[in-house]
Amino acid sequence: MSGPNKQYDPVEVAALDPAAIEQAVADALAAIGAASSLEELKAARLAHQGEKSPLALANREIGALPPSAKAEAGKRVGQARGQVGQALKVRQEELEAERDERILVEETVDLTVRVPRRRLGARHPISLVSERVEDIFVAMGWEIAEGPEVESEWLNFDALNLGADHPARQMQDTFFIDPPELGLVLRTHTSPVQVRTMLDNEPPIYVLCPGKVFRTDELDATHTPVFHQFEGLVVDEGITMAHLKGSLDAFVSRLFGDGTVTRLRPSYFPFTEPSAEIDCRCWICGGQDPNCRTCGGTGWIEMGGCGMVNRRVLTASGIDPDRYTGFAFGLGIERSLMLRHGVGDMHDIVEGDVRFSTQFGMEI
Amino acid sequence: MRAPVSWLRELADVPAGATGADIAASLVKVGLEEEALHGGDIQGPLVVGRVLEVTPEKQKNGKTINWCQVDVGQNGQMLTEGTPQGIVCGAHNFKPGDHVVCVLPGGVLPGPFEISARKTYGHVSNGMICSALELGLGEDHDGIIVLEEWLGDNPDVVAGLTPGQDAIELLGLADEVVEVNVTPDRGYCFSMRGVAREYALSTGGAFRDPAGIEVPEANDTGYAVRLTDAAPVNGNDGCDRYIARVVRGVDVNAATPSWMQKRLTQVGMRPISLAVDVTNYVMMLLGQPLHAFDLDTLSGSVGTRRARPGERLKTLDDVDRALHPEDLLIVDGSDTALAIAGVMGGESSEVTSSTTNVLIESAHFDPTTVARSSRRHRLTTEASKRFERGVDPDVTAAAAELAVRLLVELGGGTPDPGVTDIDHRRGREPFAFDLGLPSRYVGLDYPRDEVLATLRAIGCEVTEPSGVGDVSDAFGHGDVVSVLPASWRPDLADGPDLVEEVARVRGYDQIPSVLPQATAGRGLTHGQRTRRVIATTLAQQGLVEVLSYPFIGRDLFDRLGYAADDVRRRTITVANPLSDEAPLMRTSVLDTLLETLRRNVARGNRDAAIYELGLVTVGPEQVRSAPVPGIEARPDDATLSEILGAVPAQPRHVAVAAAGDAEPAGPWGPGRPFDASDAVAWALAVAKAVGVELVISATERAPWHPGRCAQLALPDGTVVGHAGELHPKVVAALDLPARAVAGELDVDVLVAATGEPLQAVALSTFPPAHTDVALVVDEAVPAAAVEAALREGAGSSLESLVLFDTYRGDQVGEGRKSLAFRLTFRSAERTLTTDEVSALRDRAVESAARATGAVQR
Repeated sequence: MSGPNKQYDPVEVAALDPAAIEQAVADALAAIGAASSLEELKAARLAHQGEKSPLALANREIGALPPSAKAEAGKRVGQARGQVGQALKVRQEELEAERDERILVEETVDLTVRVPRRRLGARHPISLVSERVEDIFVAMGWEIAEGPEVESEWLNFDALNLGADHPARQMQDTFFIDPPELGLVLRTHTSPVQVRTMLDNEPPIYVLCPGKVFRTDELDATHTPVFHQFEGLVVDEGITMAHLKGSLDAFVSRLFGDGTVTRLRPSYFPFTEPSAEIDCRCWICGGQDPNCRTCGGTGWIEMGGCGMVNRRVLTASGIDPDRYTGFAFGLGIERSLMLRHGVGDMHDIVEGDVRFSTQFGMEI
Repeated sequence: MRAPVSWLRELADVPAGATGADIAASLVKVGLEEEALHGGDIQGPLVVGRVLEVTPEKQKNGKTINWCQVDVGQNGQMLTEGTPQGIVCGAHNFKPGDHVVCVLPGGVLPGPFEISARKTYGHVSNGMICSALELGLGEDHDGIIVLEEWLGDNPDVVAGLTPGQDAIELLGLADEVVEVNVTPDRGYCFSMRGVAREYALSTGGAFRDPAGIEVPEANDTGYAVRLTDAAPVNGNDGCDRYIARVVRGVDVNAATPSWMQKRLTQVGMRPISLAVDVTNYVMMLLGQPLHAFDLDTLSGSVGTRRARPGERLKTLDDVDRALHPEDLLIVDGSDTALAIAGVMGGESSEVTSSTTNVLIESAHFDPTTVARSSRRHRLTTEASKRFERGVDPDVTAAAAELAVRLLVELGGGTPDPGVTDIDHRRGREPFAFDLGLPSRYVGLDYPRDEVLATLRAIGCEVTEPSGVGDVSDAFGHGDVVSVLPASWRPDLADGPDLVEEVARVRGYDQIPSVLPQATAGRGLTHGQRTRRVIATTLAQQGLVEVLSYPFIGRDLFDRLGYAADDVRRRTITVANPLSDEAPLMRTSVLDTLLETLRRNVARGNRDAAIYELGLVTVGPEQVRSAPVPGIEARPDDATLSEILGAVPAQPRHVAVAAAGDAEPAGPWGPGRPFDASDAVAWALAVAKAVGVELVISATERAPWHPGRCAQLALPDGTVVGHAGELHPKVVAALDLPARAVAGELDVDVLVAATGEPLQAVALSTFPPAHTDVALVVDEAVPAAAVEAALREGAGSSLESLVLFDTYRGDQVGEGRKSLAFRLTFRSAERTLTTDEVSALRDRAVESAARATGAVQR
């Protein structure tokens, strides 16, 4: 480096020679353009923008120039450095973008295979259907009533107008608790919960009684000795069979789809009078397919029994049958599940194989 | 009940074109549910054949078959057009010239059996000569049907028999049979008379009552009958009507006519012999069970009485039965038991092939008496089925008369002029009925005239008060009439019974659909919501909900390692279990859940984590019987509390069980097997999800590993349940995978402990300060004790405390362990300084040292 010298001719200072600067810029741009990685670009930056680079050196010479020459030389060098700096910036961005893209490619993971990283749990579909049914009735303002599974004979039979000698009592296939003198059974329906509700409460009563019940059937494809049902009970002033029909229609349309309706057929149950069998319009074929597998081509699916609560049942439960009337119905949850979800074999529902519940997840 | 369409046509107007399905639909409408349609399933060619030649051929197997040439005439089938057919027949009750029934190749017999020409006994048999059994017309008594005999009571038809004539039409084989399900209140529908009456009711057509025959007056020259009953059930005499008729000189070996055989077969009864067939036929027609005694085996009279202790009777089914003092018996003059009344006769007085004089019994027995005898002897008969449900007490005489007429006509007997009719019936009582009740009960308008018409159509006698409309019943309702139900409708006893009749005759399909406006409900209860949260929490923790039957075997508690005095051994027992292997009710959900786990593993679900929510039964310390009061009123409070008190406690539990890997092996590394801490973590998660922080302590309890069992309790000490690893012996005894884990909590305890609104803690936004301590304690000191002492010493600014490492080894010495805890402090008022945090930590460590002897490493 030279000291200040008033006679100093800038044109004679080699570093500030326009051709040299032009060359330095050209060299820098070539190196920058040739840099194929951020590392090479770093080297190019050091070489062409660093303290020892030709342009940095040229810049330093400007201070020694006579004031008259400073401006021109400064402008020339400044432009050259700006040009190099801009090229570096552009190349830097290009290379960074390339790098980022490459990293993402390198980090690619094949997610197309199911990886059982966390255990998936599931609810049993019987519980899910049951809760769904409960929610439908709760949304209509009803409440959910429950009771014990080992039950007294009086509540399971007698209070429901099923006296010891009643022919219908023989149809129930009851599990008795030993010794029989205890007067205890495994409840054959959830009707004793209805009686318990009426014994404890004044009308109006709007309750659903879901739960596990027992009959001495052997397990096969369509029967199980332990199954689930839900019974409804309404006791209020002025309750009619039309209200029974309306409640059933509302229920099936909510569980099986809008437009699904029920049909009542005369029947007999000791605890109701009048009594009816409940058929549900086939929600698969709507009664349109003579070969429908769900309803067997009849257009209707048998769902359960219902009727107006027998006056004797109201009386035994402490409710004035001349002031109040009521209706009750009972439907099977297993049957609803089998029909709604195409479950072909009861064994799958009762045997506790995790593969069965897992199919359904947490919402049904 | 099976109703042949042709029989129904005799009793009711059935449109000519009505099919079995049409008739079933009409019956369903009035409450007789269709069970099945039978018959009408034979397909031709089924033709009349005339036997031309019969060549007996002895076979190697000792049997002789007949190679027959049969003229089957012009029957429309190319194969046989005009030419006699060769048919192999095994029966021998026919000869050349006889007319028989031939099914030809292409025909189908009930089964269904398709008939084709086939090679048998060295011949090609072009079809088959049919028996009554093969055609569903009766029993094979003598082989194939010979039409000259089968149609013997119809000489004109016999004379007109032509080879090739259609036998389906000739024998009425197109006749369908409608089978309906009869509900217990409709005993009268166990008869053609009842079904026809219902059909007429449904269609509005005419009904012809087969009981409407002229019956001779009772007199005092008939066979002696003495009714006694020293022990009426519920105050009702065992027998309130008994008619005895005698027919002498009956040829009991005369063949039952083919029409009767056919009808009996169609309704599902087996033709047996004339006397029996006649009584069965009358029963099927009128619903009145009859009994035929061999008069000459009786000693002068018949009567009823209850059985004596120790008395026995050999019934017709060849069973020697010990009688019960409540069984009503038919006895003869020498007091010998002849029959269990209304259930089954005895062998000694049975009509046999040597019987000539027959006593016909047509009686009305108390339904309860018959029901109890039937149940006691496990003997359900066509008679008991009807008596139990109520037989029309007004049809007794007509039934006896019809049986007598048939025995005279078909068996050539002579009736005695004496007719015994002991009638102790109580008169039926009319009851008041408000004609507005059907409309109010059903929610559909039933005009007064319609209600009256329906009541009369079902046989009720309706008496209207003289001034219509100005009589009220006890409840102030107007328009009350007096109704006396028909004798065959004992089920009609009050207003709603009649409402059902009015509603079903109009049709249930007319009932409108009206949603009742329920009062505003309170939604699910706290307990119901809590259970849902528990179930969902476990599912979200990766467990799968299952259900299991709550029945267990007597040896399970031994296999679970329960001590002899463990309260969980207090069970209740099912008297009639499905399997003798599992007669007890579970006392823990794990009792049955572990078997479900085993089944899953056995089926290849090796990494299984399951749970079940359900009731368990606590066997009472002292068993009490539940009283069975009447239902004429609400039981008094004392009786009611006895009933409720006799029902054993049934708390709701949730149990978890798992085996195999908690986290599976995979590209990320090896799997992690379930261990005891998983079971504890699930229990804590369940409790935390409903807002309860459980206190954990080490305990020993079956069926868990004594060193790997945690007791889980509420802060107040109430035990909620246990969790941990199962005892290796239990694992072996239950055939479970090694290291299986399990837990069980009492949900009712959790529910009771929650429900009060939780009070929130204000959040501090000052930064937390973490500090770690490692404390060395004796192996026997539970970590929970150290933790509790640290918490106590650290004070209220301790935000959290986590055990992050446990070390055992040389550095801490034999029988010692090092527990490393991370303590996080945070103040609500300011940022804690390092010195403050150190001081707090030191206080915590001092507290742990005092309480547990812990030494800081």
